[in-house]
Amino acid sequence: RVSSDGKPPKFQPPPKPVIIDRKTRKEERRFLSPEFIPPRGRTDPLKYYIERKDMIQRRKVFNIPEFYVGSVLAVTTADPFASDKSKRFVGICIQRGGKGLGATFVLRNVIEDQGVEICYELYSPRIQAIEVLKLEKRLDENLTYLRDALPEYSTFDVNMKPVPRMDQEEIPVNKLQVRMKPKPWSKRWERPKYNIKGIKFELPEHKMKAAQKWSQPWLEFDMLREYDTSKIEEKIRKELSEELEK
Amino acid sequence: SITGACRAIQKLTRVRVVDNSALGNTPYHRPPKCIHVYNKTGVGKVGDKILLAIKGEKKKALIVGQKMPGPTMTPRFDSNNVVLIEDNGNPIGTRIKTPIPYTLRRREGEFSKVLAIARNFV
Repeated sequence: RVSSDGKPPKFQPPPKPVIIDRKTRKEERRFLSPEFIPPRGRTDPLKYYIERKDMIQRRKVFNIPEFYVGSVLAVTTADPFASDKSKRFVGICIQRGGKGLGATFVLRNVIEDQGVEICYELYSPRIQAIEVLKLEKRLDENLTYLRDALPEYSTFDVNMKPVPRMDQEEIPVNKLQVRMKPKPWSKRWERPKYNIKGIKFELPEHKMKAAQKWSQPWLEFDMLREYDTSKIEEKIRKELSEELEK
Repeated sequence: SITGACRAIQKLTRVRVVDNSALGNTPYHRPPKCIHVYNKTGVGKVGDKILLAIKGEKKKALIVGQKMPGPTMTPRFDSNNVVLIEDNGNPIGTRIKTPIPYTLRRREGEFSKVLAIARNFV
């Protein structure tokens, strides 16, 4: 570079920083709550559309965070019979059921050696706050087998601090294999109908083989049971993103 | 053998006594069983009084927790819990460690003494 004679070199501004906008990438893979997906049936889609409008109205006023079965939540509800008119319950989400406004989730915790489960309705006006203390997934969609597992797997500290989580797209999957109490259990979890991967079965080999007698390997190929939700999900996602931006 | 299916409390259900009374905590070769439910239907839910047979004696008790799922937002316990009571409503024990549902507070008049000895509420 040749400097000009006698004068200081011309001021070169520093190169502009390249800003990679990650927001557009995030919106592509957003989480869609399972209660928005309508069940398979012959009801008029207008009914689900109206319900979704009500659900979006509620979500605008009250924030329902993203959570999965297996994450630890703390829920504060309004109760006229509690001190300070509100009560807080911490627990692990065992199952999420129901579609539309009646969507529920069950939280389980063991307090003073007593297992307690509470079924909350997501869109109930009595709920004042939902906090996700630990966001993670487990190997199964339904953790009802925790009732027959050793109580240490369902105990969570009531004053647990929320686990800090960076705004990544990956949700950690906890591959914990739970140890069970001795049989009898409330349901025969070793049977292939439940398809549970999160239990460490310490049963003898012949019992595990005998349980496979009830397997129905033709079920996964049954075409009448297929329900492809990808297109419905995309439509609902578009609808949601439009309505929530208003 | 343990019956898993029937969840609300009726005649001949085995219950778990939850307070720290001597009658409820001393071991006996037979578990405490319900012999009568003071209800129009014979099915007892949380907040109902029942008659219990413990250690060869009859004693009244109050149901504080049941395995059967109730209305949403109410807790469901893993065992049928019961607190021993006198005929006039006074509890026999002095402390209840296990959590008790808030819905019992609705009937503060009848159960005030039981609620006074309870430590945790759910």
